[in-house]
Amino acid sequence: MKTLTVSVVTPDGPVLEDTYEMVSCKAENGELGILPGHIPLVAPLSISAVRLKRESGEEKLAINGGFLEVRPDKVTILAQSAEKPLDIDVARAQAAKERAERRLQSKEDHIDRVRAELALRRAANRLNVAQS
Amino acid sequence: MASLRDIKKRIDSTTKMKKITKAMEMVSASKMNKAEQNAKAFVPYSEKMQEVVASIAKNTDASHPMLQTREVKKTGYIAITADSGLAGAYNANILRNLRNTIEQNHKSSDEYTVIAIGRMAVDFCKKRNVPMARSIIGLPDQPSFATIKDIASETVQMYSDGEIDRLVIIYNHYVSAISQVVTTNQLLPIENMDVSGSSSQYEYEPGEEQILAVLLPQYAESLIYGALLDAKASEHAARMTAMRSASDNASDLIDGLSLTYNRARQAAITQEITEIVGGASALE
Repeated sequence: MKTLTVSVVTPDGPVLEDTYEMVSCKAENGELGILPGHIPLVAPLSISAVRLKRESGEEKLAINGGFLEVRPDKVTILAQSAEKPLDIDVARAQAAKERAERRLQSKEDHIDRVRAELALRRAANRLNVAQS
Repeated sequence: MASLRDIKKRIDSTTKMKKITKAMEMVSASKMNKAEQNAKAFVPYSEKMQEVVASIAKNTDASHPMLQTREVKKTGYIAITADSGLAGAYNANILRNLRNTIEQNHKSSDEYTVIAIGRMAVDFCKKRNVPMARSIIGLPDQPSFATIKDIASETVQMYSDGEIDRLVIIYNHYVSAISQVVTTNQLLPIENMDVSGSSSQYEYEPGEEQILAVLLPQYAESLIYGALLDAKASEHAARMTAMRSASDNASDLIDGLSLTYNRARQAAITQEITEIVGGASALE
């Protein structure tokens, strides 16, 4: 089976570099599945889970923002943050989720709704990855 | 001449001071190592970012406000300083550079605004009534991207909203442990992109313009973060050098004082002997 090298890089340093058989992720306009030999591609990613597949199983990463660069034998994911399930602080994500929900529910005007929504999506994504 | 006791006191207090500066030097040295590692960890991200942005900018005629120079009505300056002093000329250099730049380029205070990072820059702006758009103090010694994300994206947003038409960053670039250079960089609009390293042609999903819209703000934020990491490494290096020279000065001072102390002690003994001998001979 052909494989491709996946490296995940964040401003705080590289998170992961390994070979996989398939990468599937959620781009801004829909799901993308990348197999070895893909044409060079650049696509922005949404706040979502990236799934890395190989024979021995599937791995997940919680990605926040950033984009994906594909070359025939290499995939680079540049994200503002990327966490493996074990690295996720579940308690913190839970707290962030509740805080964001409270904010969205309150009727006050001065709240930055866009920011609260983003925070909610980030927290939900982390919880989702950590718990699956 | 100071009494023996006075000299002894000074030697003691200088020794204590030396212990403190020595400890601070070692703390800074270890922080500097970490900061250097952080800066290195960031390199792959920034290089990749640069490569992709450059290849898009080169291969397409897609336009984006961040790539276009517009008439400059207001300039934003990001000044990165430390939260505390005791770092030699580190803060003074930045603030002097900021003041000179502002004096040379602007006549009225409507034409610029400062985004101050670090207590020294914040105090400077307050004291001199420099307009300050954003300020942040209490950044950790090893800042993660999340801690700077808010201020970086707000600043980039100011440019997108048209609040400022040009964004300049002033920080100390880390050359080596003993040398830091004040660097002034124009962040926005993005000019002089180095396109030599990028050769690959990409498919863009959904389209070039949309990618640029997502990518360029992130690119600008990453530049700010990169500068901050660089500045932090410089800060610890500057502090280490300052503390080392303070320790060296303390050693010199102690040496000089010990010499004076021994001389005074010797003089006192000599005087005592003379008095005894004088007393004895008077009895004969």
